[in-house]
Amino acid sequence: MSDATIAKPARFRPATEESPATRWALIAVSFAGLAILVLAPLIAVFVEALADGIAASLKSLTSPDARGAIRLTLTIAAISVPLNAIFGIAAAWFITKFDFRGKAFLITLIDLPFSVSPVVAGLCIVLMFGANSAIGGWLVAQGYPIVFAMPGIILATMFVTFPFVARELIPVMIEQGRAEEEAALTLGASGWRTFRTVTLPNIRWALLYGVLLCNARAMGEFGAVAVVSGKIRGQTATMPITIEMLYQEYLSVAAFSLAGVLALLALVTLLLKTALEIRHADQLAATHRH
Amino acid sequence: MHIEIDEISKQFGTTAALHPVSLAVPSGALVALLGPSGSGKTTLLRILGGLEFPTSGRVLFDGQDATGLSVQERRAGFVFQSYALFRHMTVFDNIAYGLNARPRATRPTRAEIARRVTKLLELIQLPDIGARYPSQLSGGQRQRVALARALAIEPRMLLLDEPFGALDAKVRKELRQGLRDIHDTTGLTTVFVTHDQEEAMELADLVVVMSMGRIEQIGKPQDIRARPATPFVREFITA
Repeated sequence: MSDATIAKPARFRPATEESPATRWALIAVSFAGLAILVLAPLIAVFVEALADGIAASLKSLTSPDARGAIRLTLTIAAISVPLNAIFGIAAAWFITKFDFRGKAFLITLIDLPFSVSPVVAGLCIVLMFGANSAIGGWLVAQGYPIVFAMPGIILATMFVTFPFVARELIPVMIEQGRAEEEAALTLGASGWRTFRTVTLPNIRWALLYGVLLCNARAMGEFGAVAVVSGKIRGQTATMPITIEMLYQEYLSVAAFSLAGVLALLALVTLLLKTALEIRHADQLAATHRH
Repeated sequence: MHIEIDEISKQFGTTAALHPVSLAVPSGALVALLGPSGSGKTTLLRILGGLEFPTSGRVLFDGQDATGLSVQERRAGFVFQSYALFRHMTVFDNIAYGLNARPRATRPTRAEIARRVTKLLELIQLPDIGARYPSQLSGGQRQRVALARALAIEPRMLLLDEPFGALDAKVRKELRQGLRDIHDTTGLTTVFVTHDQEEAMELADLVVVMSMGRIEQIGKPQDIRARPATPFVREFITA
């Protein structure tokens, strides 16, 4: 806002604009909220991590347990995020491009992981696939344990992060309608070609946001994973679980160093998203609804 | 191409969008499906294009049963109501889309595609807009690009859904003549949907008046004006 606007008499203000006092109050509240709830804890993590100097912090990160946790978390994200991206696209495609009975029910079902506590989700997986269940017992006998092993952690992570991609895509795809796809079909394109050359380019930004959110949550998930992982150090302990264990053992430098790495991973995804937005600003404008 | 609609009906759930209707479109004719919203005219057009399938009845192209042909096999140039241009592609790529989508064996070379797109851009009298995106075009320009894109596949017929619906009165008049010219140059059997009786009467060789999923009257514009077959037609064309 320029000074000239503020200096104008109040009655010439545009209808949707608030008075300067209200505006400043709103800005102050937003900033204070962000500072207290987001920025301060983030800074505290790094301050605690570096309490004994950077060398101690780095040393704690090179321990086998920490390295194992980082590797495990990245592996789990690398498996569950692409799978959920595919499921999310399929679900969003199905929901928005076809009319069928039970559509509302399916949407509710997709949202279920948002409303179910992650701990409950983890327990369900233990009940389903634990050594005492029929399926789980058989799988253990074949030498493929699910619970207290990587497959269980992946299942738990996927359950919790399932809605992110679909939820980002559904409103975008509903807004875009089916006309462009129909046009491609009348021009002779196959269903797969239509998806590749028309649908996918139109949803790529929503898809990217969905994948980034899904990734952030996949790396950070604690509750569901804690139940199914068995917390075996260096084997099934992901980063969030290792952080918690280190903290319980009063190894605060090690705990906060690992927490710092987790926070940095999230910040990198955010930066990546912003960089892509800046780089493709003209495309974003061109592909926006006309 | 001669199109014959034989006792086509369409049911959406429990509501009948089309009661059995029959209609013959002579080869090379310019036909208007005229009616208020909900009259079934767009459903009929989409059935012709293969975007909807009839609940019963047959569609014949040049005497051959085409009812089971997929949308791709119909080779109908379809112009959508809001044009449905691919927003992430340039005008050039939009028009070239149908040619690029052909299987390798029948796909023209890149140079040939470029030549055809250039020719189509000249046909719609917008030779210089190939590099632009749809969002950078006016409504009238978009409509003409959509027409060029539909013509690029060398269609067997041209189907247009409210082709002038989203345009202001002045542009609408200009483009009406544009469509008439393109129809006369290409000789394509053309069916367009409209709710504007003046548009239908002025542009079409044959007008099909529809209401509530039924055909009320089929005839030349002057005949329909002179002898409306039902009270509905009389009221609708004088409205």
